[in-house]
Amino acid sequence: MEILVCVKRVPDTAENEISVNSSGSDIERGDLVYSVNEWDNYAVEEAIQIRDKVGGSVTVVSVGDAESEEVLRREMAMGADKGILLSDDAFAGSDGKGLATILKAEILKGKYDLVLTGAQADDGAGQIGGMLAAMLDWPYASLVNRVELLDDKKIKIGREIAGGNQEINEIDLPCVLSIQTGINEPRYVGIRGIRKVASVEIPVHGASELGLNADSVGKTSAKVSRVDYFVPVLGKGAELLEGSIEEKVEKLVELLKSKGGIK
Amino acid sequence: MALQIFTYILHKDGVIDDTALEMVAAAGKIDPAASITAIVVGSKTDAVCNSLIASFKEVWKIDNDALSYPNSEVIRGLLTRVIPKGSTLLFALDPFGMDIGPGLSIKLEGAYVPDAVGFNGIEGGKLKVVRQEYSGQVSTHVLCDISGGAVLTIRPGAFRAVEADAAGGTVIDKTADAMTGGLPGGARRYIEVVQAEVGDVDITKSEILVSVGRGIGEQENIDIIKELAKAVGGDVSCSRPIVDAKWLEKSRQVGTSGQTVKPKVYMALGISGSFQHLGGIKGSPFMVVVNKNPKAPIFQVADIGVVEDLLEFVPLLTEKINELK
Ligand SMILES: Cc1cc2nc3c(=O)[nH]c(=O)nc-3n(C[C@H](O)[C@H](O)[C@H](O)COP(=O)(O)OP(=O)(O)OC[C@H]3O[C@@H](n4cnc5c(N)ncnc54)[C@H](O)[C@@H]3O)c2cc1C
Ligand SMILES: Nc1ncnc2c1ncn2[C@@H]1O[C@H](COP(=O)(O)O)[C@@H](O)[C@H]1O
Repeated sequence: MEILVCVKRVPDTAENEISVNSSGSDIERGDLVYSVNEWDNYAVEEAIQIRDKVGGSVTVVSVGDAESEEVLRREMAMGADKGILLSDDAFAGSDGKGLATILKAEILKGKYDLVLTGAQADDGAGQIGGMLAAMLDWPYASLVNRVELLDDKKIKIGREIAGGNQEINEIDLPCVLSIQTGINEPRYVGIRGIRKVASVEIPVHGASELGLNADSVGKTSAKVSRVDYFVPVLGKGAELLEGSIEEKVEKLVELLKSKGGIK
Repeated sequence: MALQIFTYILHKDGVIDDTALEMVAAAGKIDPAASITAIVVGSKTDAVCNSLIASFKEVWKIDNDALSYPNSEVIRGLLTRVIPKGSTLLFALDPFGMDIGPGLSIKLEGAYVPDAVGFNGIEGGKLKVVRQEYSGQVSTHVLCDISGGAVLTIRPGAFRAVEADAAGGTVIDKTADAMTGGLPGGARRYIEVVQAEVGDVDITKSEILVSVGRGIGEQENIDIIKELAKAVGGDVSCSRPIVDAKWLEKSRQVGTSGQTVKPKVYMALGISGSFQHLGGIKGSPFMVVVNKNPKAPIFQVADIGVVEDLLEFVPLLTEKINELK
């Protein structure tokens, strides 16, 4: 099975406090720690497990700047066979549709049976997989938390629906799936693994290699664009307990007692 | 010119989802003059359609036995046949909306904006949408060119439902138009729904929940949460990453893809407060938050906040409570 997994480099929200810069034009990027989007690790792990079962290859692809190479290498250290970076100044300012257009062009250069994305990335959009599938006219399923191979024409998938229930579908190949966390346990990548792939060449494809018109992607084509960032003011917010840690403990115990928080 | 807005109605077993009237509110925020049409797809939907005419001037019905389960690939094909190009369509952001929205926007050649939480008017054909990024840590304004049509998903709970105002609408049967050419979307076939496993405790019945999130860091640390829960006489619940890591069972997960809980007291320890997590907490419990990041969104919805490292704070709290006994 030839599998392509789309991966994105994002600020790691577990490692960073995200704040807005003084003009509101962007988040503060100075000290951000970046990593691969959480959901994409699950997608790559699933791809690797499928390949290890039935053979074939796993390719990871990212649209981004030169620094996105680092996340491709990380996923190759996990076990992906190949990485491709899609990078061009003309791609800047693309909206979801623009990104999907770029990825589609790369997909059509290969012969993939299965394309995986994460269920969502840092801006919580959850859009690339569904757009890609519609553009390719391939079937799509989102929030997939189980994949079972049936034969070389179709697979069985489970997708997450409300309340922890699971919807089971059969879906024809080739198809696009967006992968939900929890589907597997992504393997750990050590520094040695990263070193092993440090010198593997990662091809970079731009608009011309992909045969893309500069006006079908990037800022000019975008129907959706971000204007600014701001910090929302919602409700009155919590009453913050002040003082030393012992004082906070004492105040909280009193509050819990009065609110029925201690039986 | 007033916009033509379609809102897709979620319904199950003949019952209309709470989001239906939230969509009316969202549509009104986009354009107070908009003409709003409800879309109902399913099988045996007459009761659903008839009750919607109290809130909508127009209800479009696509009804067929083959549509008893909402397979979004099938429904996307049907909608692509009947929705006029250039329309604005709203879906609730749920597993169905996430499934159908992005692809439908491509097929209708419109723009797509996911997870809208607010609207700030239309200027020059562009709708100003409020969104959140980085699990709610920051918000953004997004401009969306809706002149060629658009699909938007709306976050449940973000708009207060508009009461039915005796719209006195009519039901229009679009089934024949939608089914011309047969049933679309055959490449993805619905088989069944598997119900979630039942766990050893039913957190939906708990009065006191001590809930742990990714801030706990390591699996071994979960013990300090269990000890606190024991001290206060409550049950342990958690956010999704704890279940993904298999540190606690799925039946203890609070949120849109987990359980809906309604305790009297909810303690959130090392949980950032994503809307998917908060969506599982009902009935406005007394909420206490312990988080080392004062900017975590969960502080905005809590009653009492403690900015501390939970690994240090929780054992001290447990000790103090045990001393009292
Ligand atoms: C379709 C879908 C459905 C989902 N359903 C659910 C759901 O049902 N339930 C759910 O919970 N999530 C759900 N999620 C995931 C959700 O988007 C968030 O990723 C998740 O809720 C984050 O969990 P968290 O708050 O524990 O982790 P994080 O967002 O990583 O937050 C951890 C917090 O801990 C704090 N922290 C770190 N270390 C410490 C310390 N030592 N002391 C104190 N504080 C510390 C950090 O400041 C941070 O605020 C869903 C996502 C999707 C896409
Ligand atoms: N720049 C990108 N490059 C490659 N894949 C991406 C990119 N942005 C998003 N994706 C893929 O689309 C998924 C969903 O992201 P989004 O639609 O942006 O929320 C991610 O998990 C990735 O698999």
